[in-house]
Amino acid sequence: MSTTAPTTAPTRASAPRSRNRRLLRVGRVSATYRVRDVLVPIAVFLVLVLAAAVSLGRGDYPIGVVDVLGTLVGLGDETQRLVVLELRAPRIAVAVLVGVALGLSGALIQTFARNPLASPDILGVTGGASIGAVSVIVLGGAGTTATGVLGGVGVPAAALLGGMVVAFLVFGLAWRQGVDGYRLVLIGIALSAMAHAIVNYLLTRSAIWDAAAANVWITGSLNGRGWEQALPLALSLLVLIPAALALSRVLGVLQYGDETARALGVRVPLAQGVVVVVAVCLAAFAVAAAGPIQFVALVVPQIAVRLTAGSRPPLVTSALLGALLLVSSDLVARTVLPESFPVGVITAIVGAPYLLWLLVRGRRRSTL
Amino acid sequence: MTVTDSRTHSPTGLGQPPAVRLAAEGVRLAYGDKVVVDDLDLQLLDGSFTAIVGPNGCGKSTVLKALGRLLRPTSGTVLLDGRAITDTPTREVAKVLGLLPQTPLAPEGLTVADLVARGRHPHQSWLRQWSSDDEAVVTEALSWTDMAEHADSPVDALSGGQRQRAWISMALAQGTDLLLLDEPTTYLDLAHQVDVLELVSRLHAEKGRTVVVVLHDLNLAARYAKRLVAMKDGVLVASGTPQEVLTEQLLADVFELEARVLPDPVTGTPMVIPIRRLRS
Repeated sequence: MSTTAPTTAPTRASAPRSRNRRLLRVGRVSATYRVRDVLVPIAVFLVLVLAAAVSLGRGDYPIGVVDVLGTLVGLGDETQRLVVLELRAPRIAVAVLVGVALGLSGALIQTFARNPLASPDILGVTGGASIGAVSVIVLGGAGTTATGVLGGVGVPAAALLGGMVVAFLVFGLAWRQGVDGYRLVLIGIALSAMAHAIVNYLLTRSAIWDAAAANVWITGSLNGRGWEQALPLALSLLVLIPAALALSRVLGVLQYGDETARALGVRVPLAQGVVVVVAVCLAAFAVAAAGPIQFVALVVPQIAVRLTAGSRPPLVTSALLGALLLVSSDLVARTVLPESFPVGVITAIVGAPYLLWLLVRGRRRSTL
Repeated sequence: MTVTDSRTHSPTGLGQPPAVRLAAEGVRLAYGDKVVVDDLDLQLLDGSFTAIVGPNGCGKSTVLKALGRLLRPTSGTVLLDGRAITDTPTREVAKVLGLLPQTPLAPEGLTVADLVARGRHPHQSWLRQWSSDDEAVVTEALSWTDMAEHADSPVDALSGGQRQRAWISMALAQGTDLLLLDEPTTYLDLAHQVDVLELVSRLHAEKGRTVVVVLHDLNLAARYAKRLVAMKDGVLVASGTPQEVLTEQLLADVFELEARVLPDPVTGTPMVIPIRRLRS
């Protein structure tokens, strides 16, 4: 693998066109990258591993970070393995997977809509998922039998379905031989408001304990989440992550506006359609697993684009940063705050000040 | 209305007339129910430099969009090298025909080098995202447009004239021999208007590009373009050399402008001296 400037290309004898780009060439594969686009995700990944290790160690039976890491690679005694791998790992795994999905979904939607306010929440995924989940909880009485069939399978499936239906309704209404990002956001806001009105109606009509259960779900929580939530999400990510990364090149052109993108040979309506399908599926599976954890998909791509100093939300960094935000928010929720505090409350408290700090000290004028 | 072109001269003088690169045949263009351009016939020859002129709202930008495949005609055909452009794959079109929209959108924080490199998109694939060819073409495009020193500057930090140069540099890197520009001089002061048109003119003269440009300024259009196409209310009214098209009668008919037309003291091309607006 060669990552040095190509000595084989005599045409590059002149000054390189840009100081901050490097060429990567492996066999027939060739691409350019910026050093920062490689270093930032690596750094975020290391912090993520550290945060996950700390989180895995905290609880009624505290374990040091070094022991946690040792247990993860197969060392550690039986108790440590039980606590880390069987009791705590599932929840952290859900946190990581949900964070990856939301970060990636937000990056896709914000690039495609060319609008930093766009997110799966705006596209109606959250509203639709809430209708689905709350309907099952309230009408199916899943709140009283949280471990029952309806509670375990019914709620995530209903959330998945509801999220997708409303999101594609938004996209369908915004469609006019292609989609204008601004129009998409406005229609999304309108339909999301309708969805939340329906959710509120369902809540007021429901028994108080069902309403309480529904409210916890709406806030987004990792409490009681385990392998049965992690597995479907992990399987969907096996398909959706490669799909998102394959879209990276097209996204780079879509951000120039429809006319330039077409002039550069991109079939814009098709590309937009594929991007939205992937983004909506990512968000819907994440919401089905942990409820609509607000703010992650909105704030993470904006933090990521500022860390990498690029021109659009970077996909890999957004995914890792989403996981980091969720894992660290969960850590705060579990250790600092009273028992079973929903993580959805923390993500905003952790994420918002960081974005504000980046905005205040950033060189670019605010796009938010 | 059909305008046939009888004054086609081969640049080589060998009797072989230059090929028709881009043609509109009975094209009707509409936004929804509103017909903007009707029954348009137009032929653009290889190596020509054409300016489309006309009053505001006459449909000249719409025609450019149709020629560049951004707008599908409701009837009629646009032919690119003899083949219906709507039947040609987008990527294939993008290798032959480049188009600069009137107000192109540069994402914030994007550097000039990245913008120009994006021009290579139609020539790349997912595996082969960057070749030494790409590198050579982009380096050449940057230096040819005098943008090499700004390669690492963000596009949004450039002045209006430099920004337009950066976009032209991208179109140059795309390597298409046909180039359509929609009012490239909008929002620029006179010096930068001249600067941009000099650059486009060099693209035509030195790089042999076939250029179609929508322009507002008649004097600049007459000075730089080799052929003018005048439009009014969605109909093509006249086409030919600047001397043929820019007559006092045409200015009265098309622009409702009473004007004198004198030879430009610098280039000899027609120069419009406006007197007053005619009201019918």
